[in-house]
Amino acid sequence: MRGIVEVRFHGRGGQGVVTASRLLAEAALLEGKKVQSFPAFGAEREGAPIKAFTRISEAPIYIRSQIYTPNIVVVLDPTVIRSERVTEGLKDDGWLIVNTIKDPEVLKEELDAKAKIATVNATSIALELLGAPRVNTPILGTLVKSTRLVKLDSVISIIKSTFKGKVADMNIKAVERAYQETKIKGV
Amino acid sequence: METWEEVTFAGYILEPGNAESYKTGDWRSRQKPVINQEKCTFCLLCWIYCPDGAIIRKEGEVEIDYYHCKGCGICAYECPSGAIRMRSEMEGE
Amino acid sequence: MMARKVLALNGDEAAAYAVKQCKPDVIAAYPITPQTIIVERLSDFVADGELDAEFIAVESEHSAMSACIGASAMGARAYTATASQGLALMYEMLFVASSFRLPIVMSVANRALNSPLNIWNDMSDTMGARDCGWIQIYNENSQEVYDFTIQAFRIAEDHRVLLPVMVCHDGFVVSHSTEGVEVLSDGEVDSFLPPRDPVYPLDVEKPVTIGCVGVPEYYPEIKYQQEVATKKSIETIKEILREFNESFGRSYGIVEEYRTDGAEVALLTIGSISGTAKEAVDEMRAEGKPVGLLKLRLFRPFPIEALRKSLSGLKVVGVVDRHISFGSCMGGALNMEVRAALYEMKDRPHVMGFPTGLGGRDIRVEHFLKIIDELLMIAEQDALEEEYKVVGCRGPGCIGP
Repeated sequence: MRGIVEVRFHGRGGQGVVTASRLLAEAALLEGKKVQSFPAFGAEREGAPIKAFTRISEAPIYIRSQIYTPNIVVVLDPTVIRSERVTEGLKDDGWLIVNTIKDPEVLKEELDAKAKIATVNATSIALELLGAPRVNTPILGTLVKSTRLVKLDSVISIIKSTFKGKVADMNIKAVERAYQETKIKGV
Repeated sequence: METWEEVTFAGYILEPGNAESYKTGDWRSRQKPVINQEKCTFCLLCWIYCPDGAIIRKEGEVEIDYYHCKGCGICAYECPSGAIRMRSEMEGE
Repeated sequence: MMARKVLALNGDEAAAYAVKQCKPDVIAAYPITPQTIIVERLSDFVADGELDAEFIAVESEHSAMSACIGASAMGARAYTATASQGLALMYEMLFVASSFRLPIVMSVANRALNSPLNIWNDMSDTMGARDCGWIQIYNENSQEVYDFTIQAFRIAEDHRVLLPVMVCHDGFVVSHSTEGVEVLSDGEVDSFLPPRDPVYPLDVEKPVTIGCVGVPEYYPEIKYQQEVATKKSIETIKEILREFNESFGRSYGIVEEYRTDGAEVALLTIGSISGTAKEAVDEMRAEGKPVGLLKLRLFRPFPIEALRKSLSGLKVVGVVDRHISFGSCMGGALNMEVRAALYEMKDRPHVMGFPTGLGGRDIRVEHFLKIIDELLMIAEQDALEEEYKVVGCRGPGCIGP
């Protein structure tokens, strides 16, 4: 497990949680890393809280269990915090990335989190640029800005190869906006 | 009989139409059809009805293929002119 | 040589991509979770003109296998995929395919069987079909799914084999997990896998009869011929594996040994759980514990010689099954088979079974640490108290969740 960065995504069915996990893995793959991306296996239900996982490593990844002690937790929908223990197992020196209107300081207190926190209002970015609250791409901008887990260029490349034409352009804009508007505690 | 090395691949039958050499005529235990050529009108209903294709069409008349005929009696039953009678297997031809 | 492409593919996508490159003439399949993605991708490939195959959208898995049997008997390269209940519905046709000696390739995304209704992973489906006369290959990750799907066609169609092959990968854990997969070029696949050369295809110009009655005077000879072919296929499989390794820079064996040097106890695993088990072995090794792992790739034909060789010298082996063979003496089929294989060995190790991860129960490194502790204790006591113990189950007699 040494050297593996583990990321757990929380959100709701239909928000692109699984896609966010996969795009991150593909961006890391592009950088020559070993990756794994998978959903918390269940019946896909729109609106129900769901999880997805990404592992990134320089060395081959053998482990295939779910992720219980993540280095990074990404919350795509702030309302899941009410029902899901999103910080469960999160490493003290890890990162909590949340799509919310709240400031990181407020959230840190509310969640009693030891990890570093970055927030962004990804919903408003998505509504403005994508015309729908699809926050799975912009949240990656914030993930990159705060954790430097992969390069911004890698995320953009993957969006270009995954989506087409204007959809790709607007998703890239959303990633860049979120990257810029990321709020990090103490920064 | 063949060993497992000698039987055909997966028991496939590789000679087409070899069912013809199977002497189903041996199944005839009690009676066999006999044709009275005088009464036969060559209507060929027996030829149509025979389930084993054991009626042989010849120039102007029909013959029974006793190598394959199982003695079911359908030909005699269907013959409208009473030209086919079922006779005991024991009777001389 | 140019560096090969690395694509992000989950297990199902890896299977579909490999199948596309293997150019089947006929695909007859019915979608079922967690195999669905394979069928979706392949029907896309056909619809988009990337794959020139007849895609038959059948109304059941029984029909899927029947259609594959018909197509394969005509000399076509036929492929299907299924899981769980679908494989169960196919059951009678599985025997027909293998008894006709038809080189059909089938992917199975391993999934538990009802009831209770469960869409998640275990190996109840393919383990239940282990005596159907199919070759069974079990894969750990997407890369293996890709590599062994290609090899499966080559193995199945080899004139010394001529048997159908099941290429199994764990549902969700592999089928829905995206990983980097190094893919071969179409030309490389073409060079490794020539077009099928059927032995006795159905042909009106040269008729043959397949599937006639096998009376007691002939049935045993035909069946023993099949048994000999199945047992002997292992040599051909090894040969094909070697060729694949040499051609494409892989290092697969029929049995994979992981840190077995100096090991006194070992886990024997199958499928994706092997990966998590390897992590546990690493942790134990870091503490100086003499632990190793053996991964079984081939379950049918059972690699008895390779296994005996790998297991000799060990004190204890923990066999990790992914299903329960209800009422059997050893918990799971793998444990039964391993024990039976070792029975005539002089210095055989103790063997204990661990049916694990039933119906998608997530199995963590901690579970394997507990199993290894148990194995080390058996080694110390040189005695076995129980033949098997279920792992990942609440309650007495089991190793907890």
